[in-house]
Amino acid sequence: MSFAWATPYEPKSDLARWFDDRLPLPRLVHGAVGGGYPVPRNLNYAWNFGVLAGIFLMIQIVTGIVLAMHYYASADGAFNSVEHIMRDVNGGWMLRYAHANGASFFFIVVYIHIFRGLFYASYKAPRELIWMLGLVIYLLMMATAFMGYVLPWGQMSYWGAQVITGFFSAIPLVGEPIRVWLLGGFVPDQAALTRFFSLHYLMPFVIAGVVILHIWSLHIPGSSNPTGVDVKTEKDTLPFHPFYTAKDGWFAGFFLLLYCAILFFAPNALGHPDNYIPANGLSTPAHIVPEWYFLPFYAILKSFTVDFIMPAKLWGVIAMFGSILLLFFLSWLDRSPVRSGHYRPVFKRFFWILVIDVFVLGWAGGSTPTPAVVAISQIATAYYFAHFLIILPLIAKFERPMPLPSSITASVLHGENEESAPYGLAKTAPVAAV
Amino acid sequence: MIRKIGPIVGLGFVFVLFLSLFSGLSAYFQAPPEATAEEEFHKHPKKLHLASDGPLGHFDRQQLQRGFQVYKEVCAACHGLKLVAFRDLAALGYEEPEIKAIANQWLTEVPSVNPDTGEVASRKAVPSDRFPSPYANDTAARAANNNAYPPDLSLMTKARHNGPAYVHSLLTGYEAQQPAELLKKFPAAKTSPGLYYNPYFANLNIAMPPPITSDGQVTYADGTMATVDQMSADVSAFLTWTAEPKLENRHRWGLVVLTFLLFATILGYLSYRNIWASAKRKVAPVGPLDPANMARREEAKDERGIAG
Repeated sequence: MSFAWATPYEPKSDLARWFDDRLPLPRLVHGAVGGGYPVPRNLNYAWNFGVLAGIFLMIQIVTGIVLAMHYYASADGAFNSVEHIMRDVNGGWMLRYAHANGASFFFIVVYIHIFRGLFYASYKAPRELIWMLGLVIYLLMMATAFMGYVLPWGQMSYWGAQVITGFFSAIPLVGEPIRVWLLGGFVPDQAALTRFFSLHYLMPFVIAGVVILHIWSLHIPGSSNPTGVDVKTEKDTLPFHPFYTAKDGWFAGFFLLLYCAILFFAPNALGHPDNYIPANGLSTPAHIVPEWYFLPFYAILKSFTVDFIMPAKLWGVIAMFGSILLLFFLSWLDRSPVRSGHYRPVFKRFFWILVIDVFVLGWAGGSTPTPAVVAISQIATAYYFAHFLIILPLIAKFERPMPLPSSITASVLHGENEESAPYGLAKTAPVAAV
Repeated sequence: MIRKIGPIVGLGFVFVLFLSLFSGLSAYFQAPPEATAEEEFHKHPKKLHLASDGPLGHFDRQQLQRGFQVYKEVCAACHGLKLVAFRDLAALGYEEPEIKAIANQWLTEVPSVNPDTGEVASRKAVPSDRFPSPYANDTAARAANNNAYPPDLSLMTKARHNGPAYVHSLLTGYEAQQPAELLKKFPAAKTSPGLYYNPYFANLNIAMPPPITSDGQVTYADGTMATVDQMSADVSAFLTWTAEPKLENRHRWGLVVLTFLLFATILGYLSYRNIWASAKRKVAPVGPLDPANMARREEAKDERGIAG
């Protein structure tokens, strides 16, 4: 895979050779995350979040499997079984808080990973499929997170399920029957809870499968890099192990510090208090809001308030799904030949406006919908669509990008002689520091 | 193809959004929404400091015992605590015989079945029982309380924003008279009979009569002055424990885990520096935080951005 100079796997012991001859699993690992995967030498810390996402997927699967041993998917018993985990199961509080906050941190990591991809145009050739598979993972994550949030059967679980499945009733004619079919009833109840639990247990393994495809497709062209310039020679790369295992290793420790600080000292900070009230179909909460990681989409949904050809609700649902679906077409919307945002002065500005715009949408999605909040979220939603569908194609057409470095190596050397260059770049042994 | 359809779709969404924006704004200016009494008179909870606050917080067991006494003598008449068992009181510092006595003398009995006849019966509670509900069922609870259901208190401090402070404020926040200003501005918001004005409650009028009314309503065994403020702070502390009984455990483990991770991260960082020492430009002959080197790194960063 990837580059010609990738070092092939060499068994170090007779046992390893015996094993490798029969099942080349060590060879696969060596080529995927070992010394056999050459990686651009200039990656910055934005490139650490893919590995972190994998770590959080693992945390979620492990804590989730143990939680499922104690959880009881019953409309009468689910809420109390969660409290049983919190009070009577050994270390149960830690498992549950690790799982609930793990979901939040999984999304934080994935959002940084996605915005890294947007800034460095990881969606451009030859990496379109990596990007699309990533979006599939993201959609699966959203479905999994939503169904997981329903399981404690608190007020927000119940009413969240009510609102989200209500999207389907916006579809003309067949919408309402589809909604009832999906829920297994007219309102969320035992049938809905049991199937959500079943799917919530299944989906992470589907995600893991798509993650394998995501990484497989990544290893064909190899990782992108902050200059966006293709790898040309061996000098442009370093072996994944030990260089990037060491970098990912310490950074994972650092990020887990943040995660554990929340897990142990503010475990409910990212949740909603209403979910500590048992589900009650007769009492609607004052403000139904989803988990924080869905708030921007919630704002998009609520921004459409006028029936124009279609009902406003249908506009909102189409826009909400469209806001993610359009990302599949980015490679064709943004035709600039330059990948990295560092060399695109106009694109760079609009990228940061987009980041602010998404934060504004998140804020608007979580606020009480006063007329001012609704107006702001309408403007922010308009910018979101305009950014991807109108502004990006225009920038690609009119922007004059800055000159690119001739190679990754040239971007690492800041005009110094090769004699003073880092490991592997000097013709002779390094002489002295700059 | 996509480049042709994309902008059309984009313009379509933008157009409908501006229609929505315009109709929202014109509706706002034609008929501005009227202020409500809740918006103007609802108060945020008062500050409350408990020993369990903060990352190193732990429970004040004396206070929890006092709070439990307030719950037992005041709140338990109407509010259940169904997620907590009598045996859990050991965490408050009660000895086993005391817990047995508390369970045995609890004001309601545990529903059961007469072993001889199979008829509905009740028995004295034992430590393994959860606190029995004061009412036989929800309908009975509503019937006894003017159709207002007294909620279970087990999770109350986690089920409200800023829970402990909210409980404390609610208990001490009753006002005998509605503010004259409120009645003048919103005559329709007059508290109806059977409700009580409390600005800390979401809709200002609560069905619960003031439960803690006078100093000395409870006689504390440890001699603490039982002021209204003290009693409601104590019961808030107790309900913080019922909602999060493993709080101290959590804080202790948090310190252990963070210390371990910090140590592992520092070691990981040092080995990262070590492994990359040969692969990075040597900009640090003296040390990475040498000001000259930092300036040089910044310069290098600027260059990379432009010329490369």
